Amino acid sequence: MYPSRFRYEAPGSLAEAISLLREGGDDAKVLAGGQSLVPLMKLRFASPELIVDINNLPGLDYHKQDADGTIRIGALCRHAQLERSALLKDKQPVMAAAAPLIADPIVRNRGTLVGSLCHADPQGDWASVVTALGGSVVAAGPGGRRSIPIEDFVSGPFQNALALDEIAVEAVIPAPKGTPAGGYLKLERRVGDFATVGVAVAIEISGGTVTRAGIALTGVGGSTISAGEAAQALTGGPLTAENIARAADLAAGAAHPRTDHRGSAEYKRHMVKTFVVRILSRVDGQPAMAERAA
Amino acid sequence: MTTQAVDEIKIGGIGASRKRVEDDRFIRGKGNYTDDITLPGMLHMEILRSPLAHARIKSIDASRAWEIPGVHLVLTGDMMATRNLAWMPTLSYDTQAVLATDKVRFQGQEVACVIADDPYIAKDACEAIDVEYEPLPAIVNPTQAQAPGAPVIRDDKENQPDNVIFDWEVGDKAGTDAAFERADVVSKLQLHYPRSHPSPIECCGSIADFNRATSKLTVYMTTQAPHIIRAAVALVAELPEQMIRIISPDIGGGFGNKVPVYPGYVCSILASILLERPVKWIEDKSGNLISTGFARDIYLDGEMALRKDGKILAVRMHTESDHGAFFSDAQPSKFKIGLMHSAFATYDIPFAHLTARGTYTNKAPGGVAYRCSFRVTEAMFFQERMVQAAASDLGMDQAAFRRMNFVKDDDFPHRTPFGFLTDSGQYAKCLDVGLKAIDYDNFRARQAEARKRGKLLGLGISTMTEPLGAGNSREYDILGIKMFDSADLKVHMTGKALLRTGARGQGQGHETTWAQIVAHELGIPAEDVIVEEGDTDTAPFGMGTYASRSTPVAGAAIAMVSRKIRAKARKLAAHLLEVSEEDVEWELGRFYVRSAPDRGVTIQECAMAAYSNMPDGMEPGLENTAYYDPPNLTWPFAVYIVTVEVDPETGVWDVLNMVAVDDCGVRINPMIVEGQIMGGLTEAYAMANMQFITFDAEGNCVGSNYMDYLLPTAWETPGFELHSEVVTPCPHHPIGAKGIGECAAVGGPAAFVNAVIDALDGLGVRNIDMPLLPDRVWEAVTYQRDVSGAPPVRGDE
Amino acid sequence: MTIVYDDTSEDTGSVPVRRIKFTINGKKKIAEVEPRLLLSHLIRRGLALTGTHMGCDTTNCGACTVLVDGKPVKSCTMLAVQVDGHEISTVEGLSGPSELHPLQEGFKEEHGLQCGFCTPGMMMAAKALLDENPNPTEDEIRWALSGNLCRCTGYQNIVKSVLWAAEKLRGSEA
Repeated sequence: MYPSRFRYEAPGSLAEAISLLREGGDDAKVLAGGQSLVPLMKLRFASPELIVDINNLPGLDYHKQDADGTIRIGALCRHAQLERSALLKDKQPVMAAAAPLIADPIVRNRGTLVGSLCHADPQGDWASVVTALGGSVVAAGPGGRRSIPIEDFVSGPFQNALALDEIAVEAVIPAPKGTPAGGYLKLERRVGDFATVGVAVAIEISGGTVTRAGIALTGVGGSTISAGEAAQALTGGPLTAENIARAADLAAGAAHPRTDHRGSAEYKRHMVKTFVVRILSRVDGQPAMAERAA
Repeated sequence: MTTQAVDEIKIGGIGASRKRVEDDRFIRGKGNYTDDITLPGMLHMEILRSPLAHARIKSIDASRAWEIPGVHLVLTGDMMATRNLAWMPTLSYDTQAVLATDKVRFQGQEVACVIADDPYIAKDACEAIDVEYEPLPAIVNPTQAQAPGAPVIRDDKENQPDNVIFDWEVGDKAGTDAAFERADVVSKLQLHYPRSHPSPIECCGSIADFNRATSKLTVYMTTQAPHIIRAAVALVAELPEQMIRIISPDIGGGFGNKVPVYPGYVCSILASILLERPVKWIEDKSGNLISTGFARDIYLDGEMALRKDGKILAVRMHTESDHGAFFSDAQPSKFKIGLMHSAFATYDIPFAHLTARGTYTNKAPGGVAYRCSFRVTEAMFFQERMVQAAASDLGMDQAAFRRMNFVKDDDFPHRTPFGFLTDSGQYAKCLDVGLKAIDYDNFRARQAEARKRGKLLGLGISTMTEPLGAGNSREYDILGIKMFDSADLKVHMTGKALLRTGARGQGQGHETTWAQIVAHELGIPAEDVIVEEGDTDTAPFGMGTYASRSTPVAGAAIAMVSRKIRAKARKLAAHLLEVSEEDVEWELGRFYVRSAPDRGVTIQECAMAAYSNMPDGMEPGLENTAYYDPPNLTWPFAVYIVTVEVDPETGVWDVLNMVAVDDCGVRINPMIVEGQIMGGLTEAYAMANMQFITFDAEGNCVGSNYMDYLLPTAWETPGFELHSEVVTPCPHHPIGAKGIGECAAVGGPAAFVNAVIDALDGLGVRNIDMPLLPDRVWEAVTYQRDVSGAPPVRGDE
Repeated sequence: MTIVYDDTSEDTGSVPVRRIKFTINGKKKIAEVEPRLLLSHLIRRGLALTGTHMGCDTTNCGACTVLVDGKPVKSCTMLAVQVDGHEISTVEGLSGPSELHPLQEGFKEEHGLQCGFCTPGMMMAAKALLDENPNPTEDEIRWALSGNLCRCTGYQNIVKSVLWAAEKLRGSEA
């Protein structure tokens, strides 16, 4: 319960923060919400020598929509802000569905979406959501900023693509071209539990046709899984019971779950399939295919 | 009675839902828990634990730890051994390692400890201790423990050739066997009651303070039984008993987790003696879950002999209990498997036979804990699961089957199948109340209709009577010490009073309710009575609070000591009223002259007289002590009914309604009784739904922190409907109370499980082991088979 | 505060500490702390405010919940250095000089506590809820408190306690 010793800096500017990271190299970690990093340090699974606390950096706690519909989430935007966001409820149903399911309400006051993406926990919910939405992360380094697509950004379990002297400053969700629909379902045994299985399904519909689809899976593989083939099965025509079922099967096939105390691999694949069907069955215009228990 | 008796409810007597005295400090954040206490010069202790479940210790090198600035002492098993403290006796006549010497025998076992200026440094030093292990195969269930060629875990013991701890038996084998021969139907059930853990939010800890100048050892400790600890410390540390003071301050929940003697306590005491400074040890939650007294982990092989009209002819049970690496259960010494043989006390069954075997495994020691009343949780769970299966096998209605076999109201006193004597109850009436509250007939109709639409509703009943208030000295002792309890009452000259007992509450509200008993007996307002517990220097000797024993035993002692006081006060009253004692009558708060009722004196006036106006020859003062040896156990009764809906596609189930009908005799404080029931129901829900500890094949513990050991939050926990209409006073208890603390945890789990199994009726599923996790329920529904949860946990092939 | 260590080795060097300024329950404080000191330890040991409790080591139980700038935070999962320039509220700051906060009254009235260990954290989380939502439903209360574990009460009376407090707070503003 007691972290090992480290040096601590709380820079007031992004440039200072980047310079500190440069200095610290391999042994430095960025502290934002701290709701993943501090627990690891308390258990001594992580013992960085330098902590760069970015909570004093100005102007990073926003989430907003550009004129063209792109949604931007700053590095210090807390899960709780996203949970309460009228913007997301209106414009981004998949994100709005996921936000209340992150950890618990108190942790949500500190934890950040961008931090969660950087942490790249295979059981992290936001990575699946952003993957399904085809989002990206903006990294700021000594040379300037660059945009990293999410499937490159999350490069493995607890691994991200940031250089040692880069800080993730923003997550970007591209503007939908059609009407966004979809959702996030998470099988957790209680509030605050890690996902046994989580499924994000994000589609865009134009004139009755699904013009874009993304499906991503939490907790059923070494890292967040993007079920590309399953998404493909939905695209290019109307949403029908048949292609929903096919997408669900393909998504289950893309999962590599382990049998453990949370359930058998077979069960987890079955839940992937079930969640894909349930999310898509709730999209307006679809007959309800499976009634959820009260 | 005259009009001058005080109003019992107004003065906070029995039946008053008096607001709690304890709350005043807790709501202000002014509780005094062990970790809140700071003593001058205090040092801090952290424990290094074994990462392996079973391994020889080849070497321990603590040299780097000693060099860290701020470190005062590093203790290892070898150092403890030179003082004969590497091993200590347990409450079950076994031995337990304090710090490992030859081997580690469970993951999380204490290997070394560091005492330093602050706990951060102590933790740094623990990390700097190098231990070399040679892994051995790990045993995680009784079958593995008894397999040919299994490694002997307790090779430290003489005369321990294998991993079997005991075989125990009770009942009538011949009669039972004969009854089975006559049976029309035999119903069988095998199941595992998984390892669970009481896990109060506050962890265990101690501050040991040895004062070299006075030779007195004071230990602040999270203990539910301070006097037992004092006795244990006297024996283990070989210090004179009068020089040991155990203080149990406020406790943040006990549930049986804070009864055993833990290595951390012993190490902190030795460290304080060596360093001559106070040493504080507060464990973290991971340490608490992986090493302290767990609960349950026991297998049942049960059979019931039935007549075709539904009469139960006999019951046969075989249990295999997994005790971990040391047999350290806190339970009456005569009963190796606790009060397992209280099973089936609810029903009129002529024959029963129980055989029980206990084994060692490479897991933390324990088994008796967590609101279990000495394994009565297991007994009643097994009972109600077997009853469910039997009714189902016969095609009988669950409620009708139980009612038919209940002990009838006028059958008391009743000898239970295994030989207990129950004395009172109105079982059928409780069942009536419960069925009405759940709207039983209507539910069954809705259930049938919903099934046609593919919706799975289920209803589960659990009915039980359980033995509380251990126990009479003929049969009950722990380590030879009889299980009485005590109360010491001092009435001051202004009529205010100080009450101390040998109990030790951990949230049950003793400071509030004990005063209510005094108010009931003496008419002194409860708010004029201050209650203290937990300091062995001032409290009369008692065996502590667990197994719901305090109201039955300590509560009785409080009534008895109050009556002793009242008897003396009567003499004082006669003296003040200038009449003979035979002419004096008592009403609440007052003595009066029978022939002239307006002439009377209050209890307060008698108190003053005890110091200022005594009759000739009377010893002054108004104080007394009572020790109470209960004549029998008490037998509260309960009916729990749960309705659920199961989602067959996901295995997730939700509680629709939860009804509890509890008959615990006289309720001292109805508000507090209801609080106890709701707490117990929540634990029942937790065990049925999500909470358990398990192990993989290497002996790694799954459930050793709150990420894996799941307690339900306010969001998942269902609401409860409580009923108190049925009150059957205990015939032998001075105020007719029976105790309630554990009833809902004892009877509740089966109601939840029975409800889910009922929802799956017709799918060929007789059992799913707790917790009924979504994947287990889904597997049962999909493959139409039973699902076991016993360790080792399944992994990828 | 003077910190004295036993002089047990030749050159211990000094452990780097950081100076922080913060407000706690309305009082301004300065502290010198090691960066690794958890906020909960600053509160319990440095400030001797032991009403905030520690119940787990994995950020689950919520017994350590305090308010930082009015928002509930698990103080075991924040470093003390992070409150530099911020305001902390703990259970000790709930009551006024002569009267209890309605939440404290409500918990007593409705038997919302038994052992009392989770209670400060529950009340601080509930306070933040009522500050934002003065008329919560039972579901909203359960949701807001789903980061705080209780072992004793079964939550039903905790919910009633918060409803009691909410009603009193609304009444006193009328």
